[in-house]
Amino acid sequence: MAAARRLLPRWAVSLRPVSGAAAAGALPKRVKVVEVGPRDGLQNEKNVVPTPVKINLINMLSETGLQVIEATSFVSPKWVPQMADHTEVMQGINKLPGVSYPVLTPNLKGFQAAVAAGAKEVSIFGAASELFTKKNINCSIEESLERFGEVMTAARAASIPVRGYVSCVLGCPYEGKISAAKVAEVSKKMYSMGCYEISLGDTIGIGTPGSMREMLTAVMKEVPVGALAVHCHDTYGQALANILVALQMGVSVVDASVAGLGGCPYAQGASGNVATEDLVYMLNGLGIHTGVDLQKLMDTGTFICNALNRRTNSKVSQASCRL
Amino acid sequence: MPARRAPQLRQSQALLGAGLQPVAAAGAGPAGREAAATLRLAAGRAPRRRAMGTVPSALKHCLSYQHLLKEQLWIGDPAVPPPAAPHPGQESQASGLPEYIKIVEVGPRDGLQNEKVIVPTDIKIELINRLSKTGLPAIEVTSFVSSKWVPQMADHKEVMRGIERHPGVQYPVLTPNLRGFHSAIAAGATEVSVFGAASESFSKMNINCSIEESIEKFEEVAKSARNMNIPVRGYVSCALGCPYEGNIIPAKVAEVSKRLYSMGCYEISLGDTIGVGTPGSMKRMLEAVMKDIPLSALAVHCHDTYGQALANILTAIQMGVTVVDSSVAGLGGCPYAKGATGNVATEDVIYMLNGLGINTGVNLYAVMEAGNFICTALNKKTNSKVAQASFSTATIN
Repeated sequence: MAAARRLLPRWAVSLRPVSGAAAAGALPKRVKVVEVGPRDGLQNEKNVVPTPVKINLINMLSETGLQVIEATSFVSPKWVPQMADHTEVMQGINKLPGVSYPVLTPNLKGFQAAVAAGAKEVSIFGAASELFTKKNINCSIEESLERFGEVMTAARAASIPVRGYVSCVLGCPYEGKISAAKVAEVSKKMYSMGCYEISLGDTIGIGTPGSMREMLTAVMKEVPVGALAVHCHDTYGQALANILVALQMGVSVVDASVAGLGGCPYAQGASGNVATEDLVYMLNGLGIHTGVDLQKLMDTGTFICNALNRRTNSKVSQASCRL
Repeated sequence: MPARRAPQLRQSQALLGAGLQPVAAAGAGPAGREAAATLRLAAGRAPRRRAMGTVPSALKHCLSYQHLLKEQLWIGDPAVPPPAAPHPGQESQASGLPEYIKIVEVGPRDGLQNEKVIVPTDIKIELINRLSKTGLPAIEVTSFVSSKWVPQMADHKEVMRGIERHPGVQYPVLTPNLRGFHSAIAAGATEVSVFGAASESFSKMNINCSIEESIEKFEEVAKSARNMNIPVRGYVSCALGCPYEGNIIPAKVAEVSKRLYSMGCYEISLGDTIGVGTPGSMKRMLEAVMKDIPLSALAVHCHDTYGQALANILTAIQMGVTVVDSSVAGLGGCPYAKGATGNVATEDVIYMLNGLGINTGVNLYAVMEAGNFICTALNKKTNSKVAQASFSTATIN
């Protein structure tokens, strides 16, 4: 694949944040971008990525100004071969001061392995759908929360912060529509257990600004907005619009994946995660501070797409290529 | 053109009955959810256990998923008539959004014009006829410009004369000057559009004259049109940025819009020609334009080159804009960014509006089918994410 460096054209006004305050009153001044490409992104890519490439990807991301980079997942390689090298990756990356490198830990065993490998922050994954939980990890939501309880206890003892994810917040491939009240209930439980942040995931990308608003309204009654994040998939092209609504409601943490890495297992050939470049472009245009250097981010996207021999899913990147 | 197997919607969708309305803003519980939930997942094969955060792929048969999609996609009876002239800008929902949005379909003109392959006349006609059956209230048909400049539109007369004209549907055509206008009328056009720009450089490079000179030409068209009771729609290009000048100040957009509106254009479509705009710049630009032009006369024409179109459109409708331009299958690349996309896809816009409980009168599934038709004819992949996610070319196993 041609390694042409993608440059933002000079007319791309959102290269840097627009000076001046964000829209009066409505939007946060700063947004924390949580980069999930190396974990959520790569996990949903078909080709297994060699360890040095993963490490280089994370190192490049560390140079962009991103504050949080989800590095890997301490799950059994039997289930997720892509993450089999979790220990090597964790130990191999440069950990920049001020940057957090959370890892997924589905259970106590994974947690212990993660801490042994040097992890300083972990994540646990719940779901707002009983059927999804059953199909995914073969237990009920309640049972999954009990398992997480073990992780929480150990994490508290080790002073390790835990981030909670809730999947299927705007729809479930098994159950269909998910009630906002259910999302609120699961979020509240995870927050009460001690998760410092709850990332609400539109796992199949089916949500729209309408369902996003409805869901957040319910969740915000139970969890303070400062502890909420959104994790939108762009499978139906709705991600940025959904994120905009979340920002308008006060959410100030947004997950995204460099180059939009990670397809959707439910829709063959369709996209998955929203691209970090496109998100940062929008936030820049809104005058919201992220601390992220968009050009460096695009260079990182180019790197991983070349390594994966695939096209980027980021429209900003596509528009900026000079061939 | 190589034969290509027509994509099939996931097979379960064919089993499902007709007609669900766009999702009500308050969130309707699906009637069939319980039934769907008890239905077996893909017959036979139990999904493999997967670790956290990953999901098995055997879900395409899942009827609950199909049911959920149906709610969002409104796979229903074709051509439900649009509501009788709703008052534009009327807001009845708690969210403060308009009740109804008029979609102006620009695929056959703006879309095809920016496609490399020259499309045969009969294909163009077939596309427009299919779009006419979707409930779209306005379909931009062709452009009466010299075929020397725009070879794709050389068959403008044949297309205009060849299409079926459905009652209640407008079929505007582009007319850059008086000559084009007369030609359009002779061919049966009943609505025309003129294209201005908020950038002097763009105007010069595009039509080889200044903004002022172009306005004079349009005034001739507007005058003739007025005499013949032909409505004129005005476009303002580069409303959020110009490939030559870079940043465009909102006041300039407002000034050009006002000129077009004053000469008699019933609607001004504000175009983010290179797709560089964001909700921030959209808001600033609209605030300036709204000082001089009533909201009900404004439309937005967003390009998705930087992936910002839906967010920009959402911003516009939150500010009260009720007319949105889009292109079936996101037809039409961007001449200024090689390989990049252009127009926002009609399917993706309607999906969003359905999810917001906003009425458009358009059957999304029918639009997807029209999109599938033209993409097959053009031998290209759709640019609509909704279509990509909904169609599968492989047999599901």
